[in-house]
Order: sequence, then structure tokens, then C-alpha cells
Amino acid sequence: MIPETLKTSLEARIASAITAREAAVDVMKELQAHYGWLTDEAVAEAAALLGLSPLQVEELATFYEMIYRRPVGKKVIHVCDSISCWCADCDKIIQHLKDKLGVGLGGTTADGMFTLLPCCCMGMCGDSPAMSVGGVPYGRLTPELVDEILEAERHKV
Amino acid sequence: MELPLFRHNRPNRVVTFDEYREEGGFEGLKKAFSGMSPNDVQQAVLDSGLRGRGGAGFATGRKWSFVPRDLPGPRWLICNCDEMEPGTYKDRVLLEHNPYSLIEGMTLACYALGVRHAFIFIRKGYEKAAANLARGIEEAKKAGLLGEHILGSEHSIDLDLHLSAGRYICGEETALINALEGKRPNPRTKPPFPAVKGLWQGPTVVNNVETLANVPAIVANGAAWFKGLALNPEGAGSKLFCVSGSVKNRACVELPIGTTLGDIIDGACGGMRDGKKFKACIPGGASTQFLKPEHWNLPMDYDTVAKAGSRLGSGGVIVFDEGHCLVEATLNLINFFARESCGWCTPCREGLPYVKEILTRIENGRGEDDDIAILREHVKYLNYTFCALAPGAMAPLDGLLRDFEDEVREHIVKKKCPLK
Ligand code: SF4
Ligand code: FES
Repeated sequence: MIPETLKTSLEARIASAITAREAAVDVMKELQAHYGWLTDEAVAEAAALLGLSPLQVEELATFYEMIYRRPVGKKVIHVCDSISCWCADCDKIIQHLKDKLGVGLGGTTADGMFTLLPCCCMGMCGDSPAMSVGGVPYGRLTPELVDEILEAERHKV
Repeated sequence: MELPLFRHNRPNRVVTFDEYREEGGFEGLKKAFSGMSPNDVQQAVLDSGLRGRGGAGFATGRKWSFVPRDLPGPRWLICNCDEMEPGTYKDRVLLEHNPYSLIEGMTLACYALGVRHAFIFIRKGYEKAAANLARGIEEAKKAGLLGEHILGSEHSIDLDLHLSAGRYICGEETALINALEGKRPNPRTKPPFPAVKGLWQGPTVVNNVETLANVPAIVANGAAWFKGLALNPEGAGSKLFCVSGSVKNRACVELPIGTTLGDIIDGACGGMRDGKKFKACIPGGASTQFLKPEHWNLPMDYDTVAKAGSRLGSGGVIVFDEGHCLVEATLNLINFFARESCGWCTPCREGLPYVKEILTRIENGRGEDDDIAILREHVKYLNYTFCALAPGAMAPLDGLLRDFEDEVREHIVKKKCPLK
């Protein structure tokens, strides 16, 4: 069950939209922020709020890159593997992340801190190779810089 | 001559509302609301020769003219800020430096089109741009430049932000409309075209960020001025080129349309990185064909680049040097498109992974003689898909087979990547 305050704010968001459905992505994002990922319970709650069936929410949820239908770590790392980052040797950065975190792509670290996911171009091509950690973008990555960022992000709340 | 889009930029920070106004910002809006009819604004944009900066390059004024004037009910304008084309980052740079040109441009477009309510569709990851826009919208409202009764007139216009959750296909205009309505963002059948039946079945115009951001300067300075910015008669205005890959200074630069490829790389980006030799580039984002050294002096405008067998596209110039394997580069591009396919139609959903498999084999030295022929078939048949994603994916592959067939064949014959 979501707290009453969250429910009220989501209802207000839906009421301000032209159609309830229009707010679907916002509602999923908010619920995901609350649970850490979009749980089955969250899907049902979103459906009830939006006046959709859980299946209709499911087909939206599974479409988007930033909606997680499986548990993820506290912070998700999206590392870009598209063409400009490829030119900037992102393969090395991805390998370094795997080694450092001890997980493969899609995996979550043993301490539940990070989930590592490959992603498509994030508009940081001028500063490639790039990744984002918990939504914060980082560019011009080197293995050393990656280590520093992970260390800092681990302690940042 | 001063180019309009980056004119207000400050190093490393966003321009303030006051700075933008002091430098002539919102003059276009004032001019329009004190004496120009909506038709006049539309005509100015048409006469300016402005073409869509999102990738397709369609004439903006003509696109606007497709909206029927007499349909009852609301009509809509959507700014497409989804920008997920690999190699393209101009909208991010533009909005992180200056949200006001877009806000002013959208207000002008709404005025010209008779739109009361417009949306900015922003991709996930562009939070800074979204924050700049949200603040800018509030500032413009407070100053009477947006919202109810703009500049004391009878016109009221609202701008809303819609933050997406990340998916390349949302940049396709009909998919984007579905996404905004909260539906699964598969593309829609055309016709009906969005100009007639788009968002909530109303007439809808979808324009890219850079396109709309050009409108204020066109209105303020006139169509002839805008045309005159280009270096050649084929072009009009300036263009944001976002360069990445093997150049010394990777940057998003504003240059007159018609600037040559060589001047972009050598002039604006300080030349090739580490003294490397230019091998090829993709001039307009992931779905364009390669340009080669012989194109070094090619003026970069829509028609000239098309005549050279590629597309100016989004202006995302990705530069490869002699050390880059173009089979692997193409494989990377195909991998992107295969992952981002919305899965709606079979040729794209099944065809792209198959192409990926073949290219992977070739790159890993397990290519076979007839692979090239099979790839060519795909280039041909993946043109017949529901939307332009799959044909877009085939553009670099087509270019690879057209311009670098020898390199592909060498992989197959030598049973390994010759560059590794
Ligand atoms: S071509 Fe690809 S992206 Fe377009 S509708 Fe078909 S499956 Fe979807
Ligand atoms: S290709 Fe990696 S950020 Fe654009």
C-alpha cells in the first residue's frame, strides 16, 4: 500500500492532465521511486489510479528503458554502448565496470548497491564514453574516473 | 554574421531570462503580437526556407500549412525533444544553455497555428534541460509573454512539459503522439497524418527543438535575413552540428548551412585526433550513409548531402579514422536499432537481429561468401516496414556495402577482422 500523501499527489497529477492516461508515465515513475522498482503491487496501484487494466500498465511499463519491472539495486548504472561511445572505447569502460562490480550486464552487486545496464545514446556523445549513475550523467570516463565515481556514489545519499 | 541559436550562450551556464531579453530575446514575439497576423508568421517561416532539424529535413512552413484551418476543436503543437539518435546531442546542448529561444519559438508557432496548448516531449536523462524549461516557462508567464492574454492580447497559450521514460521510437512523430496520450508508443498508420488527426484526434504539428528555436530570429529579422545566413543558395539558416568520434575537439557547434565537411572537422573541431587520417563519417546521426574523404569539400546542406548519397539528418557527425573497422561500426549501429525496434512489425523485429547475427559472424571471422548478398537483400526488403526505423537502420549498412565492400570481403576472405 502506498502512503496517503503519495496517493493524493498522484491523484492531483492525474486530475491536472487532459486525460488520465496521459499521466501514466509520471505515475509509474513516482511509484517506482517509492518502491525502488515497479513491483506487481505498483502496477496494480497505477492501474487503479489511472483507470486502466493492470495489463495496459504492464504493456507500458515493459516498453520503457527507465521503468524497471524487476528488482534493481539502490542506484542503476546505465552505460552507453552506442556509436560515439564505441569510438571512444566504451568497451573498455564496460569491461572495467563488470570487473569492478563483479556482475555482468543486468546484474546487481552483492551489496544491493548498483545494477549495471547497457543503454543507448544518452546525448553525451561529445563527452563520450558516458554513463549515468542513479540518474546523474558522467562523461569522458576513464577506468580511474569510474572508480572515483562509484566510490562517491556509494556514499552519496 | 551573428548566428541565432548560440548567440546568447554563456560558457558553462544557462543564460538568464534578463540576459536573453537584453540581447533581443522576445523581440520576435513582440513584433508578431503587435501587427503580424498568424498568417504573416506562417508565411515568414515558409519564406525563410527553414527545414525540420530533427532529421527528415521537411520544410517547416509547408508542414504547418497542412493543418486544416477550419476543423473545429482543439489543435496541438508538440516539441519533439526525444533525441535518442546516437551521435546527436544538439538539443541537450541547446537547452542546457538557453531554454528561451525554444519557449519563444513555440509561442510563435502556437500563434501562427492557432494552438492554445502545446507540449514539450522530453526524453529521460534530460533533467537539466527540463528544469531550465520549467523555470523559463514560469519566468515568461510572469512577464506576460506566455499564459493568459499574452502581451495584453486576446491570445492565451500554455506550454506543458511531458517527461518520457526513454525509448528511441518515441522520436517518431506518431509513436510520440501515442506516448503523450499514455498509450504504448508504437507508430500509427499514416494516413491520417498528424496534421489532420494527431493528438487526441486533433490536428497536430510535431517539430524538433532546433527547428522551433529558429523561429524567433526569423520573425524578428525576416525571412531574407535567415536565408542569407547560409553559405550557399541551396541552404537557409544555420545548423547545429554535433561532432563526435575521432576529432580533436568534440563539440556541438553552430555553423552556417553549407559549411563544408572539412571546415567542420578542421575548422570547428581542430582537425582529426592524434594526427589520425579521416576514413569516413556519418553526417546526420545513426541512420545516415557514410561520407568519404572525397566528400571533404562537400557543402553541408540538405540537398547537396542528399545528392552525395547521404543525408544531413540531425547533424550528428560521427567521425571515423583509419583505425576504425567499419564492419564493427555498422554492427554497433544495427545493434542499436535492433534493441530499439518497437517490435510491432515482423520484418523489423526479426530482420534486424538477423542482420546483426550476420555482421557479428563476419566481424569474428566466420563470414561466408554469400553473406554480402544476403545483407543486400535485407537492405532492399527492410524498406518495407511499418515505420522508418528499419529503413533508417539499413542506411549505414547500405553505405557499408556500397562504399566499403572490399573491407567487408576482406573480413570474409581473411577469416578475421583485418584491423585487429
Ligand atoms: S519498423 Fe520497427 S520500429 Fe517501426 S513499427 Fe516496425 S517494428 Fe516498430
Ligand atoms: S553515443 Fe554514447 S552518449 Fe551518444
